Amino acid sequence: MAKLTVDDQDYDVADGNNLLHACLSIGLDLPYFCWHPCMGSVGACRQCAVKQYADENDERGRVVMACMTPASDGARISINDKQAKDFRAGVIELLMTNHPHDCPVCEEGGECHLQDMTEMSGHTTRTYDEQKRTHNNQYLGPLINHEMNRCISCYRCVRYYKDYAGGRDLDAMGAHHHVYFGRHTDGVLESPFAGNLVEVCPTGVFTDKTFSAHYSRKWDLQTSPSVCQHCAAGCNITPGERYGTLKRITNRYNADVNGYFLCDRGRFGYGFVNSDDRVTQPLARETINHADNTNSDTAIQCSTENSLTRLTQALKDPATIAIGSPRASLESNFALQSAVGESRFYRGIAPSEDTTINTLLKFQQSSCVNSASQRTIESCDAVLILGEDLTHTSPRTALSLRQTVRQRARELADEARIPFWQDAAVRELAQQEKSPLFIINTHKGDLDDIAENTYFNSPQKIARLGFAIAEQLRDKSGALSASLTPEEKEMCSTIVNALSQAKRPLIIAGASLLNEDVLNSALDVIKSLHINREEVIQAHLVVPEVNSIGLAMLTQSSAERSLSEALKQIESGAAKRLVVLENDLYQRVNPEKLDAALEKLDEIIVIDHVWHNGMAKADLIIPAASFAEGDGTVVSSEGRAQRFFATFPVNADNSSANDSWQWVNQALDNRWKNFDAIVNACAESNDLLAPIADLAPPADYRQHGLKVPRMSHRYSGRTALSANINVSEVKQPADPQTALGFTMEGSNVNAPGPLRNTAWAPGWNSNQSIHKFQDEVGGPLTGGSSGLCLFGSAESNELEFGVPSEQTSNADFSAIPFYHIFGSDELSNFAAPIAERSPQAYLALNPLDAAQLDLTQGDGATLRFENLQQVFSLTVVIRPELIRGLVGLPIGLGGLTRHLLEHSPLLEKNLAWQRVPSGRDQNVIATDQSIGLSEGLVP
Amino acid sequence: MLSQLRTLWTVLQHTFTKADTVEYPDVMPYLPPRYRARIVLTRDPDGEERCVACNLCAAACPVDCIALQKTEDDEGRWYPEWFRINFSRCVVCGLCEEACPTHAIQLTPDFEYCEYNRQNMVYEKEDLLISGTGKYHDYNFYRIAGKAISGKDKGQARNEEQPINIKSLLP
Ligand code: SF4
Ligand code: SF4
Ligand code: SF4
Ligand code: SF4
Ligand code: FES
Repeated sequence: MAKLTVDDQDYDVADGNNLLHACLSIGLDLPYFCWHPCMGSVGACRQCAVKQYADENDERGRVVMACMTPASDGARISINDKQAKDFRAGVIELLMTNHPHDCPVCEEGGECHLQDMTEMSGHTTRTYDEQKRTHNNQYLGPLINHEMNRCISCYRCVRYYKDYAGGRDLDAMGAHHHVYFGRHTDGVLESPFAGNLVEVCPTGVFTDKTFSAHYSRKWDLQTSPSVCQHCAAGCNITPGERYGTLKRITNRYNADVNGYFLCDRGRFGYGFVNSDDRVTQPLARETINHADNTNSDTAIQCSTENSLTRLTQALKDPATIAIGSPRASLESNFALQSAVGESRFYRGIAPSEDTTINTLLKFQQSSCVNSASQRTIESCDAVLILGEDLTHTSPRTALSLRQTVRQRARELADEARIPFWQDAAVRELAQQEKSPLFIINTHKGDLDDIAENTYFNSPQKIARLGFAIAEQLRDKSGALSASLTPEEKEMCSTIVNALSQAKRPLIIAGASLLNEDVLNSALDVIKSLHINREEVIQAHLVVPEVNSIGLAMLTQSSAERSLSEALKQIESGAAKRLVVLENDLYQRVNPEKLDAALEKLDEIIVIDHVWHNGMAKADLIIPAASFAEGDGTVVSSEGRAQRFFATFPVNADNSSANDSWQWVNQALDNRWKNFDAIVNACAESNDLLAPIADLAPPADYRQHGLKVPRMSHRYSGRTALSANINVSEVKQPADPQTALGFTMEGSNVNAPGPLRNTAWAPGWNSNQSIHKFQDEVGGPLTGGSSGLCLFGSAESNELEFGVPSEQTSNADFSAIPFYHIFGSDELSNFAAPIAERSPQAYLALNPLDAAQLDLTQGDGATLRFENLQQVFSLTVVIRPELIRGLVGLPIGLGGLTRHLLEHSPLLEKNLAWQRVPSGRDQNVIATDQSIGLSEGLVP
Repeated sequence: MLSQLRTLWTVLQHTFTKADTVEYPDVMPYLPPRYRARIVLTRDPDGEERCVACNLCAAACPVDCIALQKTEDDEGRWYPEWFRINFSRCVVCGLCEEACPTHAIQLTPDFEYCEYNRQNMVYEKEDLLISGTGKYHDYNFYRIAGKAISGKDKGQARNEEQPINIKSLLP
């Protein structure tokens, strides 16, 4: 603790920070632009000036930049000093001279840090009436708007984009007041984290294009605390709704998980909620007899009562089985599981995934491993990634890893006694020095540029290398290491050295390759490292979907629960009816087998919120609420259970959608009184899940007798928004399930962390106001972060892993999955801008394999699979790093699904293929990055 | 006693003064242009919709009786997709007009807009939009704002220099 005197008031502040950080942490208002809690200080904007005094007796003092001055013990400063105030007023006036007269037509207006700071610095009238410099804008893709006139040259965007997120196609160009922040030419911003510019830029230069398309001001949005549904990283989000449309997603601060940043899939992938493909009414299949004696099936709208009766009958029938979903909440899965009983509830994931996730879950509970949060990941100093292309399988984690490799810079800064927040100095000092990061995978990925070493081979070889590392860590120079090539041997010993010398090594692996051996080898490395270092090892084990872990936990006690078991039950005739929860089974198992199985059933009921193939055979479709209209709990890769709350109520006039658990509950005659009751029942049913009862205050939680409001106190248009339908205002819908209300009454100022939906404080309208709700700037939220980790290191769980043999298969090719942040996630693909960003379906081949098949980049190939009818016509992409015999298939694109990887692919040239003319898409231009690697890596 | 008599005398005197009340509707009172009653949406001097759908009027409205949705044309000009005022709630306070940065929303002296059916008090954009500029004849927001729209590119607004050529090496 250091003593700091501000305007003759004494405060205790944390050591080692700068004055700006200290002042904001104790709740004082001090304007700033270029400083960011995650990016440190560079002193570019000069807005944070304060007066610093040498000692008690110093009367004159001197003006310093608060962000560049350490808050040393005993420092005495003044924010209100006239000279400092005048300095700040002068700076803002200068920054504003060229600012356009744009606020009314600016998406930032009303949540603009520049507006706030201008007000705070007292600059309210423009005196400059000379000419303003102007800039032309650039087209930056379907996600982000560019309006360069509004720039104040604070440099935050390039510091975020290049230094923090590792992007290469945004830069500062020009000199003095001509400086321009953009790309070297129009085109899509390539970084999958570009969306954060919207929140990082303190002005309206970068704004959310998807939000602008149906724009509303921040104060007019109804918001709730929520969790991103597009991967298992568990990022916290604030969805905003108005007029029944989900209008945007913004970051919701969580110190342990996403901090201040999201990925673009999470930020822009919300379109499915507003999609025309939403199921809004229960639909039943009816067979119509035509006059000419033929029959055809149509879907007939069915009343809620009828569908409930049918659901009740199905759930009571002992010949019914139910299939849960890793993208549905714990509560919905639990409701269905308890309705049909554990023995008739199946997990609803592909068999190949099932085994890996179960192994992973068992391992996470052993005492040798700690599941690392994003914050912990950033504090590690040596990383081994085995078989994960993180940017595309757990994007936010990839962004964290870019900070992890800066541990080395931190060490160097400590040695040189430079505080880490002196960003420019530390980067200058560290240059290219990085903490070691090793990537072992089947193909190149977006993190390779920060890796010390990379190694690409087949899954089998990767696993053997992994086991060899584990073996060496256990100090056995055994048979396995001997079988390695010299290159592999060297890689192996570098990794072993780095991992044993690091202060805090981190292992990252996961289920993405759908290969048990690769995962096992990583787990073996963790185990050996644990033995080697005699400490708990940090690991982050990635699973594919938002609630993969939750679903696995819910069903851990029951052994055989995968989809193939469910299909066996159907094929054997033991199951007559099927209830499917929020799941498109065609994405998960062989469609031919599935078709045959579904034919045998008497009744199929699907509960889901968007249309998908899995509904084509349903006899009854029940409309579920999406995450934006429902409440629930999900468990992330890290094992963190987090609650999401409905952002807006379902409009009963045009939709009968309801939480899936509610449908089941109503069919069971309201077995659970309310949401809290089902949460508690779920917590009690399973030791692993016990903590979920304490995730958020219960529904009867009140502050001054009121619920926490979802609307801001300035929410407008209450008496007009539905006046076209009926001039008498309807009562605000009630929310009996949670402690939040669909109302403006009450205040969220003192809301506990899990209920904090949005941040606003007097004078701080932008998202930067979050520091008013943190214990310390960049620290946890006041009132507790949201989420509890469910992985306890309960008992030491001795798992043994078998090393895969070096078998050679007879097949010419084997398929491996490629993932794409835009395209591999089922739900975000419904959003048009995400679809626009996702590549065309392709297949990736080694150049020699391609040559053998007489294929070159851009040719067409016909892809078949052994024992499958399906045929795919795909464009060929040459990947030099891909090992011979591997075919990379982009999961989620062009109907390529995970289950295909279980079959051997058969390839031949497609002679009828029409090449797409080069210069395919004007918007996707080859940048420095892709030219450097290889022409046209991305199809 | 004296004061009571004086009061009676004053009251009596009023018998002979001219009445303030007028025989409405036979006689129409004079209402100054700044009188606050029925609200209109005006057009700029070029005849385009002035409203840019900034939502400030809606935020300022103390009875929350304005709702609208922003949209934009192909060239980036913002305007309301729909704009609704529930006059059955409006207290003609004029705060929307105060808040409007474009002089789009204006109160007029026309107070004769009663209805038997309250539902008819709900006005949509078609009902609100007039063809003229209202009280402010010259103001044209987009000629001052930096945002480019059809017919006004970067550098063409008031007091704007031509856009910077970022490829130029000159200082
Ligand atoms: S950036 Fe802020 S100050 Fe500038 S026009 Fe937009 S809202 Fe106004
Ligand atoms: S574009 Fe935004 S973040 Fe970048 S320098 Fe300008 S104001 Fe700062
Ligand atoms: S990393 Fe995953 S959870 Fe986080 S925002 Fe992206 S898709 Fe959502
Ligand atoms: S304040 Fe004016 S410009 Fe803004 S929405 Fe209202 S009428 Fe339109
Ligand atoms: S915030 Fe201190 S100089 Fe910019």
